[in-house]
Amino acid sequence: MLNWIILEASSYAAQIDNVILIIALLGGFWLFAAEFVLFYFVAKYRRSRSPKALHITGYDHEHNKWIHWSHYAVIACDIVILVFAARAWYHVKQSVPEHVDEEIRIVGHQWAWEFVHPGPDGKLGTPDDIDLVDELHVIINKTYKFHLESADVLHSFSIPRFRLKQDAVPGREIDGWFTPTVAGTFDVPCSQMCGLGHGIMGGRIFVETEDEHRKWLDSATGKTAAIPGHSTGKLASTQGRN
Amino acid sequence: MTTHVAADHAHSEGDHGHHELSFIQKYVFSTDHKVIGLQYFMTGVLMGVLGALASYVFRMQMAFPGHAVPGFGLVTPQIYNQMVTNHGTIMIFWFAMPVLIAAFGNYLIPLMIGCDDMVFPRLNRLSYQIFLFSALLLIASFFVPNGGFGGAWTSYPPLASNPIYNQTPYGAPMWLAAVALEFVAFLLGGINFITTLMNARAPGMKMYDIPMVVWMIVIASILFMASVGPLVAGAAMLFLDQTLGTGFFDPARGGDPLLWEHLFWFFGHPEVYVVLLPAMGIVAEVLTVFARKKLFAYRTVLWTAVATGVLSFFVWAHHQFVAGIDPRMANIFTVTTLLISVPITEMSFVYIGTLYGASIQLSTPMLFAIAFIVEFLIGGVTGIFLGASGADIYFHDTYFVLAHFHYTFVPIAVIAVFAGVYYWFPKMFGRYMNDTWGRVHFWGTAIPFNGIFLPLFYTGMAGDHRRTFNHLNFPDLARGDLNFLRELSTVSLLVMLAFQVIFFVNFFYSMFRGKKAPANPWNANTFEWVAASPPPHGNFVTLPHCYRGPYEYSVPGHSSDFWPQNEPAPKT
Repeated sequence: MLNWIILEASSYAAQIDNVILIIALLGGFWLFAAEFVLFYFVAKYRRSRSPKALHITGYDHEHNKWIHWSHYAVIACDIVILVFAARAWYHVKQSVPEHVDEEIRIVGHQWAWEFVHPGPDGKLGTPDDIDLVDELHVIINKTYKFHLESADVLHSFSIPRFRLKQDAVPGREIDGWFTPTVAGTFDVPCSQMCGLGHGIMGGRIFVETEDEHRKWLDSATGKTAAIPGHSTGKLASTQGRN
Repeated sequence: MTTHVAADHAHSEGDHGHHELSFIQKYVFSTDHKVIGLQYFMTGVLMGVLGALASYVFRMQMAFPGHAVPGFGLVTPQIYNQMVTNHGTIMIFWFAMPVLIAAFGNYLIPLMIGCDDMVFPRLNRLSYQIFLFSALLLIASFFVPNGGFGGAWTSYPPLASNPIYNQTPYGAPMWLAAVALEFVAFLLGGINFITTLMNARAPGMKMYDIPMVVWMIVIASILFMASVGPLVAGAAMLFLDQTLGTGFFDPARGGDPLLWEHLFWFFGHPEVYVVLLPAMGIVAEVLTVFARKKLFAYRTVLWTAVATGVLSFFVWAHHQFVAGIDPRMANIFTVTTLLISVPITEMSFVYIGTLYGASIQLSTPMLFAIAFIVEFLIGGVTGIFLGASGADIYFHDTYFVLAHFHYTFVPIAVIAVFAGVYYWFPKMFGRYMNDTWGRVHFWGTAIPFNGIFLPLFYTGMAGDHRRTFNHLNFPDLARGDLNFLRELSTVSLLVMLAFQVIFFVNFFYSMFRGKKAPANPWNANTFEWVAASPPPHGNFVTLPHCYRGPYEYSVPGHSSDFWPQNEPAPKT
């Protein structure tokens, strides 16, 4: 639903937007119903049209049934919302996909994101890791697991177009995942107040095709000869699964 | 429980009105609940004006980034954060709470339950003095080196706990101390409200005869007392972290920033209902009087308020879904949060049901009371998006959240307060406020209010994050449609602020020159209208006796369409 306001650019964006749509429909129904009845009463029972009010306690069944059945209906709506919300939550936050193509490390700083890419060997924590500030390069339709940390205060790693958000907490490593599905360059703002530069802290994520990504990798490592073979091998091995 | 205990006579050392009190005794060191109520009101409104001016500064920056704000100057990130932080803090702790709970509570509780003063008048005075000091301390924090605190009203450590991170070594502890002192003031006031209601009711006033606004303020005080303890402990720990370098919330020294989040929101969510319930109470009074109708299902309203209060203690972690808590917890807190929709919708339906078969007079207070329901429904429904874990992943910390809670807090702290002020003004000052200008003020408040916050739902959905100093730094957010909506929001704010001038002129002019009002101008049932307008020291000539519930309007067979609580039934 939100696609017409903001692009759905990850594998789970549509699922989250569906939860939002369902709440909008159910909540919207109750909102309009309640507002309609309210305005109807205000119009109908103006003193000019209704000079004498009724005396109703609100305890007899004839009158309070209107409150009772509607509040059972609200509970039913709550359950529907709960099911969809919990399913989306479980998919995005509680489970990690069985197959992960690459892992990245993200560190929040006052006031920039540090993105550690695994580099040509595809493994984190090796000397060929590519460590960039405010610049994250990923390949379209690959699944990434991220390890989120903070070097100082709370930050929040947010990619609105992926419908992804996760706070970074100093002293902890929080894992999460995403699969970009649309190529392009998107904002990665910080969404948790982190001090003076919070309002201008923002990186960019570059969702690239494999060719573009390889070119970037070449330029980033500066080793154009040997490493690409390495890299291609890694990429080729995962290609069948996507 | 219905024995009548007169307040101790600390306020006039034994004899009411036998000697004139000096100005200082009367207005500065008064123990009279009405004077303290008005002191709280005036201080709260003054702080509210400060909070509104802060919003003017940062909204201008958001709509026209980089341009000097007329009357203020260039907004730097530091000033911006300071304004955003203190706007939130002031509006909740120094505007909504003092006006809704302390001002209306102090003024109305003794009058509406038919006694001469609070049970603890000296405690009451101390409460206001601590409150005033806390307000001055907060204002002073703007003028210390490096300026006031700018780490958001939630004050999350380690940003808030470490001056290296927040760069306000004096502003941050002063902000925290001011907030903690404000809590102390409200604890003292709350104890007083609860004790007074339980012990000083007029003879004959049973539990279900108590006017709803009194119940609501007392339930809110109980919620506040039960929830604030952990946060005061947390505030002490945070203060030690800030000033002595302890490490309660510093992970490098074995602390945990998430602990603060839990303590803060364990208080912070009940706090929403602490301010909501008194507003609901005010609206109940105004609605019944101008609908000439009995409150629909009094006991349902009362018990849904209690249920909401109890449930509100089990929902706090919905503020922390993506904060790094165990993700499995999110499902539990989604369930509890959605459950709270049941009593709240029930309460809203009951209020709408009150209008069924009514005889509605759209006076200024009634317009505000109806607007409260209209707007609050929007705030309530949009809350479901945020309480549902799956949707909150996206909406958390966006402008959608901001628009949502302003659709709850503005109806609560602005619209319901105006309903109460227009309604009780004749009692407070013995004069009417001008009704025509009241209506102009109403439309000039209600329409621009929607103009401010409806666009922000949209920008939030488009990915605008809160507390963003300059959206133009983010290429995806520098869109033409979003910029237009930000400007629309800011212009609406300017219009709304301008219309408040009408209110202030009307308020102060009417105070001295308004049309004289009789003791019971609205033909209402509750006890405060039995007392003279304005009520003298000691309130009642003879303390009233309660014969019936507060909402007996349009009773069939009764000679008039209202039946005051103190009027004995005719002998048959």
